Amino acid sequence: MNPPVPLSSLAPGAKAVVTGIQVPVEHRARFLEMGLLVGTPVELIRFAPLGDPIEIRVRGYNLSLRKHEADQIQVRPA
Amino acid sequence: MSASPFTVVLTGNPNCGKTTLFNALTGLRARVGNYAGVTVERKEGALRGADPQYPVTLLDLPGTYSLSPQSLDEQIARDVLFRRLADVPEPALVIVVLDASNLQRNLYYATQVIELGHPTLIALNMVDVAEANGHQLDIDGLSKALGVPVLPLVASEGTGVAALKQILQQRAREAAAGSTDPSGSAYQARSFAELPEVFGREAQGISARLQSLYPHRQRLADAEALLLLSDDRVFNSHRDLYPADLLEAVQAARKRLESAGVDWRSAAIEARYARVFAIAQHVTVETAQFGETFSDRMDRILTHRVWGLLIFVGIMALMFQTLFSFARIPMDALQAVVDHTAALVAELMGPGDLQSLLTGGVIKGVGAVVVFLPQICLLFLFIALLEDTGYMARAAFLMDRLMSRVGLHGKSFIPMLSSFACAIPGIMATRTIESSKDRLVTILVAPLMSCSARLPVYTVLIAACIPQRRIWGFLGLPGLTLLAMYLLGIVGALGMAWLFKKTLLKGEPPPLILELPPYKRPVVTVVLRHMWDRSKLFLHRAGTVILGINILLWFLVTYPRNEELQAKYDRQLLALSNSPIPPGPEGNIPESIMGIRQAAVQREMAGALLRDSFAGRVGRFVEPVLRPLGFDWKIGIGIVASFAAREVFVSTMSLVYNLGELDTHDAAAQSSLAETLKGERDEQNQTVFTPLKGVTLMVFYVFALQCVSTVAIVRRETNSWKWPLFQLVYMTALAWVLAFITYQGGRLLGWG
Repeated sequence: MNPPVPLSSLAPGAKAVVTGIQVPVEHRARFLEMGLLVGTPVELIRFAPLGDPIEIRVRGYNLSLRKHEADQIQVRPA
Repeated sequence: MSASPFTVVLTGNPNCGKTTLFNALTGLRARVGNYAGVTVERKEGALRGADPQYPVTLLDLPGTYSLSPQSLDEQIARDVLFRRLADVPEPALVIVVLDASNLQRNLYYATQVIELGHPTLIALNMVDVAEANGHQLDIDGLSKALGVPVLPLVASEGTGVAALKQILQQRAREAAAGSTDPSGSAYQARSFAELPEVFGREAQGISARLQSLYPHRQRLADAEALLLLSDDRVFNSHRDLYPADLLEAVQAARKRLESAGVDWRSAAIEARYARVFAIAQHVTVETAQFGETFSDRMDRILTHRVWGLLIFVGIMALMFQTLFSFARIPMDALQAVVDHTAALVAELMGPGDLQSLLTGGVIKGVGAVVVFLPQICLLFLFIALLEDTGYMARAAFLMDRLMSRVGLHGKSFIPMLSSFACAIPGIMATRTIESSKDRLVTILVAPLMSCSARLPVYTVLIAACIPQRRIWGFLGLPGLTLLAMYLLGIVGALGMAWLFKKTLLKGEPPPLILELPPYKRPVVTVVLRHMWDRSKLFLHRAGTVILGINILLWFLVTYPRNEELQAKYDRQLLALSNSPIPPGPEGNIPESIMGIRQAAVQREMAGALLRDSFAGRVGRFVEPVLRPLGFDWKIGIGIVASFAAREVFVSTMSLVYNLGELDTHDAAAQSSLAETLKGERDEQNQTVFTPLKGVTLMVFYVFALQCVSTVAIVRRETNSWKWPLFQLVYMTALAWVLAFITYQGGRLLGWG
C-alpha cells in the first residue's frame, strides 16, 4: 500500500483515495458537503495555467480548489 | 371562483438546469424582483398554459449545494424552504431539480430537502447527458429509494416538461378541492442519514425543543435539529433567530458528542453521503465505460497553459471591443431620439422655466441613462453567455492565481471585469462570493475600475490637454494616456483590495471551492431572459436616482436667478436686435451675423448667471480645497455636479464655459468643447487646461466615487449606510491625495 501524500502532490491523471482532511474546521464542512470525504476516490485532472488552483474529479464531477487546501488533504495514491 | 395560487418552489444545485426548467414552465412572463431587504434575485412566474381556475405560481430559488448556507444566495434558498420569510407563501410543492449526470452530489442536497417534509417531487434533469456518459438510471428504483415521485426530463429540449406541467396542474386542482391535506398529517418522516446512536438521541432532544418552540413548523423540526447540531456557523449567523436556552442546549449536546468521540461537524454529512452513494449505486446501470467527455476535450484547450490563456485574453478583448465600438451605434441612435424629443418638447412648450426643467433636467437627464442601455444589455449578454455555457467557471479557474495575490478569489474576477462597463452590475455580480469579507472587499474596490461613464470625461480632457504626439513612431500620446488611466484604475483596485484584506477586513483567504460544470450549448431563452431581466433592473434603478439628481441639479444651476444680471443682458440683447447691421460683403447675410452676436451674448449671460447660482456658489465654496490640485471654481462645479454621475462633468463644463448645454455623447460637440477648454485663459492669461492639469483631473476621476447609483446599490447590497459612506470617503480622499501628488509632483519636476 502506498503511503498517504498531499492531494496537491499528485501528477495530472493520477488517481487516489482520500485518507484525511485537515482543512481548518470553519471551512471543512463545505469540502465534505461537496463530496470530498475520507474514503472518496479522486483523480487529479490538471493544474491551472498559472500553477494554482488545481482541478480534480470527485464523485463524477469536476471541482477546483487551491493548492493551499489541497496540501491539507491527504490521499493514498492508487 | 379562482383559488389562491398553488405555490411551487424550484430548488437544486447550481448548474443543474433549474433555470432552464423554470423558463420552460413559465415562458417569458416571469417577474424578477428582490427578496425583502436583500438583493438576491427573486424569480417568480405563473405556469404557462395553466387552467385559469387553478393558477400555479413558480418560484425559482438560487442554486444551492446544501441547507447549511455559505453565501447570501444559499441563505435565501434555505430560509424559503424553512418558511422563515414572511413575504414568501408556504410552498405547496417543492420540486428538487437533479442533474442526472452528477447524481451523488445532487442527491446530497435533494435528500436534505426531502427531509423537510414538504410535498416534494424530483425532476431528474439531463438524463440524456447521463446516458451519453454511460449511466442508465432506474427511475422507479430512485423514486422508491427517495420516497417521492421522480420525473425524468431534458429541460433544455423540453422533453418531459409537458408531463411535469400536467402533474402541477393536477396537484393544484387537488389542493383546491381539498383532497390533499396541506397540513401534512399524511406526512411520513424520512431520514437519509443513519446517525451514530448517540447523535440520533441528541438530535431528537433538540427536535423536541424545536417542536414546542415552533408548533407551526413541526415537520421541519427533525431536519432543523440536525442542521443546528452540525452547522458550525449557526452561532454566528443565527444568534437572534433562536432563544438563548436552545442554543445552550445545542452547545451542551455538542460537548457530550465530543466526549463520546463523535465529530458533530462531519458525522451527519458522512452518514448522508454513505446513503446517497448506496442509492446512486443501486439505481445506476453502467452501460459504457466512462470515457473522455466533450467537456474534457474542450477543457484540454480552454484551460491549456498557453492556448487557454490566449483564448481567455481573446474573449476579453472581443468583449471590450464590442462594448466600446459596436455598442456606439445603438447608443448614438438612442441619443438622437433623446435630443429630438427634447427639441420637440422645447418647440411645443416655448421658452420658460418649466420647459427648461423638462428638456434639460428630465428628458436629457433620463436620456443620459437610457443611452447606456445598449452597452449594459451587451455586457449582460456576454456575461449570460459565459455563465450559461460554463465558461465563467473556467475564467475564475484561470484568474484565481492572480486574484489570490491580493487576497481575493477567482470569483471576484467577474465582478471586477463587469465594472469596466458599470460598477452597478459588477457589484450585483458579487452575490455568488461566499465569504462576506471577500464580497465586501470586491464591492469596495469595484468602482475603481474605469467604468464607461468615465470615458466621456477622459475623452474631453485628453482632447483638450494632451498634445497629439507620437511615441516610438506608432503609439499616439492621447491613446497611451487613455490606456494609462485604465491601468491606473486596475492597479488602484488591486492595491486597495490588498490593503483592505491586510487591515480592515483581515482574515484568512477563504478556500476556493469552485465547480467546473460541463460545457453546454447556451439556451437562447435563458440567455436573453437573463440579459433583459438584469438590464431592466439597472434601467429602473439608475433611472429613478439619476432623474431625481438631474432635477436637483437643474435647480442648482438655475436658481437663485439674479434679476439684475438678467435685465442687463436682456437690455444688451434688445440693443443688439435694434442696432443696424452693416451689410455683409455679399450684402445678404446680416441675419446670421445677428444670430452669432446674439448667441455670444446669450452664452455670456448663461455663464454669468451660473456664477451666481447655487451651483456657482458651491463651486466657489469648494475652491480652497481644490486649489492645491490646481483646479478653480469652474472645475469645482463640474466636480461637485459629477458626484451625481461622472458624465455630468462634460455637460457641466460646457455650461460653465459658456458653450450652452452640450450633449455628452456627441463627438463633434465634445471636440468643440475641447477646443474651448484649450483656449481658456485664467486672470493671469495663463492656459487653464495644461497637460499637467488635465492629467491631474483625470487621476481624480479615476479614483473618486462620483456616482449616486453606485452609492445606492452598495447601500442595498450591504444593507447599511456604513459601507457606502466609507467607500465614498476613502475613494474621494484617495482621489484628492493622488491628484495632489500628481499636480504638485509635476510642478516640482517643472511640468506645470
